[in-house]
Amino acid sequence: MAEGQTLIGSRSRISRVCVYAVLSVVAVAALAPIVATVLGGFKSLGDLRVNPAGLPREWIWANYLSILGSGTYWRMMLNSFLIAAWSVVFTVVFASMVAFAFAQFQFRGKKALMSYITVGLMFPTATAVVPLFVILTQFGLVDSHLGVILPKVAGGMTMAVLLFYKFFQGMPRDLSDAAEVDGCSHFTFYWRILLPLSAPIIATVAIVNFVASWNLYFLPMILLNSPELFTWPIGLMDYTDERGTEWQMICAYVTLTMLPMVIVFLAAQKHIIAGLTSGAVKS
Amino acid sequence: MEGGRRQGASALFFIAPGLLIYTVFLVAPVVQASFYSLFSWNGFAVPTDFLGLQNYTAVLADPLFWRAFGHNLILIAFMFVTVLPLAFGLAVLIADRIRFAVAFRLIYFLPFILAEITAGLIWRFLLDGNYGLVADLFPGVFILADPQLALYAVATVMVWKSFGFHLVLFIAGLQQIDRSLYEAADIDGASNWQKTFGITLPLLGPTIALSGFFIVINSLQAFDIIMAMTSGGPARATSTMVHYLYADALSGFRVGFGSAIGVVIFFITLAFALAYQRVTRKLDRVHG
Repeated sequence: MAEGQTLIGSRSRISRVCVYAVLSVVAVAALAPIVATVLGGFKSLGDLRVNPAGLPREWIWANYLSILGSGTYWRMMLNSFLIAAWSVVFTVVFASMVAFAFAQFQFRGKKALMSYITVGLMFPTATAVVPLFVILTQFGLVDSHLGVILPKVAGGMTMAVLLFYKFFQGMPRDLSDAAEVDGCSHFTFYWRILLPLSAPIIATVAIVNFVASWNLYFLPMILLNSPELFTWPIGLMDYTDERGTEWQMICAYVTLTMLPMVIVFLAAQKHIIAGLTSGAVKS
Repeated sequence: MEGGRRQGASALFFIAPGLLIYTVFLVAPVVQASFYSLFSWNGFAVPTDFLGLQNYTAVLADPLFWRAFGHNLILIAFMFVTVLPLAFGLAVLIADRIRFAVAFRLIYFLPFILAEITAGLIWRFLLDGNYGLVADLFPGVFILADPQLALYAVATVMVWKSFGFHLVLFIAGLQQIDRSLYEAADIDGASNWQKTFGITLPLLGPTIALSGFFIVINSLQAFDIIMAMTSGGPARATSTMVHYLYADALSGFRVGFGSAIGVVIFFITLAFALAYQRVTRKLDRVHG
């Protein structure tokens, strides 16, 4: 393609300026709400009332510091992290094992089993949530982190199995044949050879499931009762209800709860964007 | 090759844990939902009060349910007419290897990684007529308290949160298109519009279908963002199907009734997914 030639044709200097103008306006629309919230956390309520859009007249750190000084904030962030981390570990291990069996072995009922696993893609959380509450009560898992983790793993299983299955199928068959000749057991092959070669797809599955678990609200809100087990989205909603119109505090709380994910995103944006989109597309 | 039986035993070892979790914590609840939905039950002891299909007729006769469903439909329509053109237009601009393309993509994608709760609260703050950004322009106006506007405010926030995700899908779709097609069109003297409608859009068919599929599924499941912005109010003006389930069944331990709502949501989702696939496949055949 010739210099200056683009998808929509050759472009003059003026139209180039227009392109940047449009892109910048959208960028401001995307960022301004987040920036206004961060700044709102630095204001006093009175400042917010007369000056909602501008910079704080006086930068007040007390809003942020009082939240960081409370044990509740840290405990909820830790709870969310633990639930997300365990969900990822279980999903990656169990889904890759299922996918490995589908890719490696020939056995009766394989087709039926694969359709059975695929069906889960169609089940909305809302349909499962009521009986889930009953089942978890029977297992004594209601109001426990495991009671949130296991349904989350179950819900993410189908997509993870499909992603792993596609990836394993793309691997050379010689690999497992060579391992068999060397007297490698199936498990050793899976654990020592296959998984280390699967880093890209593990990353995709991990990113998709970590972000989804970290941001989960509906399921833990229904299944958890004890405040010490609450995850940050539950805590954030409760905090908002308590504070009413103390928006400077709510802004600070929103900022502090979104901060970790925003930092991780900025640090690894390429992988996260690729993971979240290809994870959605490929399955 | 090994014997089929030995392979089967090995396969079972690898499949069992995942299959067990999947069955107990996803399939069983969905199957049980259809069973419980035939009873009047508060979730304790054993369901004995058999109602037949009465829970279903109760759901389907409730105007509140249909209103909620109507709100889901409005969300779908609103997302279609805003997100698809926005994502397509921006993708065309960005895909041209402009400078700062990576930075723009990063900024547009940022709202997508936020929790729905976070996105909803941020906008509840911005739209507050006393303290939010909107107060700077229209002091004392409370959009989220207006039954006519609240749902569209929610829909707008859904657009704000997700357009970056759809944008990345479109960029990927554009990169799949063979550039020599444009060169051939140039030789034939095609205009930019002709190239857009003759080459780009038809070849983006699968991307548009996929993007639309995510819009449909996400709009049918909308809940978190609504809880954060309006809790379904004012006067149910932003209630969706899942919010209806939450407000009318979960809060009152009406397990049988709630299960019936869950099953109805499942069939509506399934019907939409199947119908959507049929339509997009047909369109694909017409254009392909």
